[in-house]
Amino acid sequence: MILKAAPDNLLVSCHHLSCAYGDNVVVNDVTFNVERGEFVGIVGPSGSGKTTLLRAVLGMVKPVHGEVGTMKGVRLGYVPQVESVDWNFPVTVLEVMVMTRPQRGVWARITVAERRAANDMLDRLGLGGLGDRHIRELSGGQQQRVFVARALFHEPDILVLDEPTSGVDVRTRHEVLHLLADLHQDGISVLLTTHDLNGLAAHLPRLVCLNREVIADGSPREVLVPDVLERLYGAPMHVLEHGGMPVVLDHAEGAVIKPFRPRAV
Amino acid sequence: MSSVTLAAGLFEPYGFEFFRNGTIVAVTAGALCGLLGVFVVLRGMSYIGHGLSHAVFGGAAASAVMNFNYFVGAGLWGIVSGVLIGRIARRRILGADAAIGVVTTASFAVGLALLNRYGQAKRSIEAVLFGSVLGVKTGDIIAVIVVGLLALGIIVVGYRRFLFSTFDPEVASVSGVRVSMMEAALMVMLSLTILVTMRVIGTLLISALLVIPAATARMLTNRFARMLWISPLIGGAGAFIGMNLAYHTNTSAAAMIIIVCATAFSGVYFASGVRGKRRVAALGHL
Repeated sequence: MILKAAPDNLLVSCHHLSCAYGDNVVVNDVTFNVERGEFVGIVGPSGSGKTTLLRAVLGMVKPVHGEVGTMKGVRLGYVPQVESVDWNFPVTVLEVMVMTRPQRGVWARITVAERRAANDMLDRLGLGGLGDRHIRELSGGQQQRVFVARALFHEPDILVLDEPTSGVDVRTRHEVLHLLADLHQDGISVLLTTHDLNGLAAHLPRLVCLNREVIADGSPREVLVPDVLERLYGAPMHVLEHGGMPVVLDHAEGAVIKPFRPRAV
Repeated sequence: MSSVTLAAGLFEPYGFEFFRNGTIVAVTAGALCGLLGVFVVLRGMSYIGHGLSHAVFGGAAASAVMNFNYFVGAGLWGIVSGVLIGRIARRRILGADAAIGVVTTASFAVGLALLNRYGQAKRSIEAVLFGSVLGVKTGDIIAVIVVGLLALGIIVVGYRRFLFSTFDPEVASVSGVRVSMMEAALMVMLSLTILVTMRVIGTLLISALLVIPAATARMLTNRFARMLWISPLIGGAGAFIGMNLAYHTNTSAAAMIIIVCATAFSGVYFASGVRGKRRVAALGHL
């Protein structure tokens, strides 16, 4: 891919990136960039390397080949999957948000300004009045939004979400989607992973289809087509159009992950 | 017994310097272990505290046998054990719990064998397991208080970073917190605590004080900040009450302190259980 963007606008960059666990290559020769203001979804079946790619972008997985990174000074707002923390941990919603800010002075007391800013953020995400609740008292959808609130409270250039709609009900999925669309409208860049083609991916402006390698990169109309999907899921899939958007008929039950074959040199 | 003689009886032990010194060290150690125990319990590393205190025993025994400075010998031994545990766990074939189990029991066994062969085994082993509040020296008091103040200062100043890297290490790391440094700081504080308290309160009591007060505090509050002062309070009070009970009943101080703390734990456990059931019952009426 030719680097069209001015470096100022480049937030995330992967260049011939490969990642492996032992001998098992899970991400192979991936090149893609995310520019400021973009809203990008990485889609693929489970086991396709989405999460590993995301973790490489976040610096949590070291590449075995190629380069990956965020541009210097870029602030990341990471939203992990809800199950990644212990929700019995003794903290309130407000404390979860405020711990992302460095403490000023010796005492870690939440300042009036921090409290106001955090409460404003909670109001904005439809969590008004929940600041002093213990995190266990929240519903699944609320926990998801608390994670988004925490990431936003860190004042990020880009929001990075890992499977934001996995394990949530239809209503919560809608809420998350609308929330992300609103945030994107407000100028925040978004990078997320999802395996939810119709519920989430089809609504995004740009998709990177990943099955160890990048299969396709473009708008849903361009990439949610039978040819790409068959290579992505390893099984033929049908695509219908509904309300101007592609709808993928789910035959993914029998989908297999494409076996990795090293390229001939 | 009149109230005057009762009061006189209660204050009687304070006429002995060994008791005053022992109480100061036990209460400070209880509070210190209570403070660090919050992190130990919330990170699910109770076994590390337990293991580390047993591993250091090997070093203490070795330095006693070789007439080596206790702090240097046990400290070095502790560091080597910690590094070994890290090495074994990083191979990923074994979990950290198995690694701790291997290294610390081996270390403990070496210490035991050394004392059997070369030391006045019986006394020393009892002293290490249960501590000897009789033998508290001024140096011990100073060491425990210095480590206590140091730990308090570090935790206050690094409060948010410690909290963040305990609650969600991955996001903390992405957000610019140096999680591995915070973890190392906790391990160093834990090791120092074990080092300065082991001779006085013993391996067994350290393990207990690192877990029971924090676990009790956890049941009493849903706030991390409150846990950070409730847990040391329970540890300190447990040590104080335990010391006095031990004097009057002529039993082991370490055993009494553990029994007092465990009683507090049980009381809170059953009380919160009843309250929890009531809450569930109330929900049923909605």
